[in-house]
Amino acid sequence: MFRITSVKDYHQKLLNGQTTCVEAVSYYLQCIQQNIHLNAFLEVYADEALARAAELDAKQQAGLPLGKLHGVVIGLKDVISYKGHKLSASSKILEGFTAIYNATVTEKLLAEGAIIIGRQNCDEFAMGSSNENSAFGNVLNAKDTSRVPGGSSGGSAVSVQAGLCMVSLGSDTGGSVRQPADFCGIVGLKPTYGRVSRYGLIAYASSFDQVGVFANSVEDAALVLEVIAGSDDFDSTALTTPVPQYTQHLDDNGKKYKIAYFKEALEHPGLDPEISTAIKNFFTTLKSQGHTVEQVDFELLDYIVPAYYVLTTAEASSNLSRFDGIKYGYATKKPVGDLTDYYKKTRSEGFGKEVKRRILLGTFVLSAGYFDAYFTKAQQVRTILTERTDAIFKQYDAIISPTVPSPAFKFGEKSNDPTEMFLADIYTVFANLVGIPGISLPLFTNNSGMNFGIQVMSAKENEEILFKLSQRLTKAL
Amino acid sequence: MRTAVFRPVNIRPNQVHLRFIVEMDIKHKYEAVIGLEVHAQLATESKLFCGDSVAFGAAPNTHVSPITLGHPGTLPKTNRKAVEYAIKIGLACHCEIERYNYFARKNYFYPDLPKGYQVSQHTTPICKGGYVTIKTEQGQRDILLNRIHMEEDAGKSIHDMDEAYTCVDYNRAGTALVEIVTDPVMHTADEAYQYITELRRLVRWTGICDGNMEEGSLRCDANVSIRLKGETKLGTKVEVKNLNSMRNVKKAIEYEIDRMIGIVEVGGTITQQTRSFDASNDTTFAIRDKEEANDYRYFAEPDLAPFLITDDFIQSVENALPTLPQALMQKFQQQLGLTEYDAAQLCLEKSIADYFEAVIVLTDNYKAAANWINGPVKQYLNAQKLTLEELTLTPGQLAELIKLTDDGKVNFSVASSKLMPLLIQDSTKTALGLATELNLLQVSDNGELAAWVNEVIAKMPDKVAEYKKGKKGLLGLFVGEVKKASKGKADPKVVTALLEQKLNS
Repeated sequence: MFRITSVKDYHQKLLNGQTTCVEAVSYYLQCIQQNIHLNAFLEVYADEALARAAELDAKQQAGLPLGKLHGVVIGLKDVISYKGHKLSASSKILEGFTAIYNATVTEKLLAEGAIIIGRQNCDEFAMGSSNENSAFGNVLNAKDTSRVPGGSSGGSAVSVQAGLCMVSLGSDTGGSVRQPADFCGIVGLKPTYGRVSRYGLIAYASSFDQVGVFANSVEDAALVLEVIAGSDDFDSTALTTPVPQYTQHLDDNGKKYKIAYFKEALEHPGLDPEISTAIKNFFTTLKSQGHTVEQVDFELLDYIVPAYYVLTTAEASSNLSRFDGIKYGYATKKPVGDLTDYYKKTRSEGFGKEVKRRILLGTFVLSAGYFDAYFTKAQQVRTILTERTDAIFKQYDAIISPTVPSPAFKFGEKSNDPTEMFLADIYTVFANLVGIPGISLPLFTNNSGMNFGIQVMSAKENEEILFKLSQRLTKAL
Repeated sequence: MRTAVFRPVNIRPNQVHLRFIVEMDIKHKYEAVIGLEVHAQLATESKLFCGDSVAFGAAPNTHVSPITLGHPGTLPKTNRKAVEYAIKIGLACHCEIERYNYFARKNYFYPDLPKGYQVSQHTTPICKGGYVTIKTEQGQRDILLNRIHMEEDAGKSIHDMDEAYTCVDYNRAGTALVEIVTDPVMHTADEAYQYITELRRLVRWTGICDGNMEEGSLRCDANVSIRLKGETKLGTKVEVKNLNSMRNVKKAIEYEIDRMIGIVEVGGTITQQTRSFDASNDTTFAIRDKEEANDYRYFAEPDLAPFLITDDFIQSVENALPTLPQALMQKFQQQLGLTEYDAAQLCLEKSIADYFEAVIVLTDNYKAAANWINGPVKQYLNAQKLTLEELTLTPGQLAELIKLTDDGKVNFSVASSKLMPLLIQDSTKTALGLATELNLLQVSDNGELAAWVNEVIAKMPDKVAEYKKGKKGLLGLFVGEVKKASKGKADPKVVTALLEQKLNS
């Protein structure tokens, strides 16, 4: 029986001859088959993954050097380009589209020996918090299939939660990795903006998007980031600073941390009392262990969600213009009068409701006469938030907050109220607005058995301390 | 690849082209106000935001990476060379160079625009202000520039290839352009013509653009309005597109001015329009009314980090800038004593000026060098349909030809009509060697010449008698006969002197 506790453990077992890559892939393929009802994968590359596993096993047999992710079975959210494979962003508008190039992250994964097992379901164009916006159906939370897995990277989260692969790559524009990780009880990492190249990641909001990692442990997440991070000739917004060997520096030697939390965040009326209590108790524990945990005033909290939705929808309205039925993807089959009619029909039929909502919202806020009132204002909020955040990190190692105001909710519970759905992003969108890294740690379980956790955020480009502290926190309880 | 699935918009409504004949005294009441927007395709090897080639004339949709096609997940990366070229033309036009630069997105839908937006410098052009000096009948004038900014080109929609569909070629999509925009400061079609001529020379001179208007490397749109003289408010403007030659710029503006005056004179109003030029009959026709103005929803391109241009970089571009044509013309006149005409002819193209400068390193006879280049060399190139870059006559060979004629060893007509073409065919030959080999060296040796002179005098006793009676004009005939007898080798100056001496004795 194939059983591993971490990538490190898996590699040990491979080296000891206790298992093989082929056995690993076979095992996960079987698990995927048994959990097909969860709808986590849109496509499984069974034969291909097995063939690659066999190659990797042969490589090990031949005594050749092995990659950092040798044999690691990985799933990709359906917004990451994998050459020769379908790519749809869970949207009808990319019907029939096959990627003709590899995303930089895909290249890096493959170069280090990873096995890509399939393409994972998500909210259409990564827009959503419940995975109810996929053109290919809901993804179910493995712990309670009446509940949402979170979104937008629901399929990627559930794949790790249900043990359908070892790790997944998702994308996080406003919490799309951290929030589903929280709902599914796993680790979800969003790196610093630009730490990972966005080349080959279908854009939602360019200045917010970041590839993220779902894993069973902080260590696995750190290992994957170590591989996928770095500068890129194809992404001029990617950071050029060297990538630390995170996995070599996970031990903090008993460091005492200075942690901040926002009073307004913990006292927010929308926050589930059970979560609030758990976090407050956790802070007490941390203090008793010698860490500093201090309250910081953050009166800007209520501006975060509106600023986020103005800016991301503005960028999205432009980013999604290329899906016009001319060059690739879905084209209307209805008779059309003229070019404008063709665009209208193709895009109305091809995009789902939430995507259309955001395109319209973004088009509106960029329009002449409204631009200054919305877009410029939101940018100003973003600038102020960034300045405030920088100041906080001059004094503290990290900010801790809830990841989501409530645990995984039921299907349909919020899908008719977009504003309420948007507000559920209150804790996660902050990190994307200011570009800092954040990680969701599955520390708690509520009285109905659902997981929830905390979010840890550190200063820009300081994933190293984020991982160290996360390791510490998972052991603190 | 799927071609665009849309029917072309009918852009040519049936319209009778009226030639407006406006009498001069009526015309004099009005003043035209003209501004030009020129798109110059930068002569970079690759596109503005990706590595695709920009070579002209490739098969459709062959220079199209996923980035050019706007495939999902692709991102732009700014071509450093394009930035350098934009600064170069900016410096050549005396612009102020903006240090902090970013790109913006101009959002609109059209099949030849792969991403649904054009990446352009909307709010922060890389070059501000500046001017281009032109020569008009009234003397020199500085045409003020508003801006020069960088942007990417769209693909090409081809409406007449297929009966039912418009086809799109994305090779051109993403090509680096600069848009050079003047203030509305020109008043005649001729000024606009002079401006585009000078601007074309500048872009070619600096090497940032090949200036080929027919292939679309240099494209010009003219904004034209009219007003009564003395009026300070601008009239309703019309934008004329598709001016793919310098002549067409002039013809279109001339037509537009007359058309507008014609309308206003009969009490009509001018509609704000975009018009196109029809070169087959030198008229313009309306493409669309400007009333439904597009909202392009400009915002800063989030896929590209803003970039800072350092003073050092600007300095390095400036240092590499060649002497500009107008300065070089002055230098040729003031330091080398050339006429304005000669200097201007030499500075029509940088390759000519460069060639001239290479020749004058090897000869002190600047005037002769200019005459040679502006005369026989250009005639040869024109006749052979060659460019100066293709000329095999080395500056050294030309300097030698000049020396041979200066020394009286070969006369100019033999040198230019016989020696030069042969030297061009064989660049290993020297002028002197070839002249010797072909026995073309002029004879100025008195003894040998005297023999030919005596021979001619003896042969034509009647004419000699007439000459002696006073018909001095016959001297030319004798000189010609001596040249004939010498097979062109006799130095005419010496022959004339000898003849006069003999006949008058």
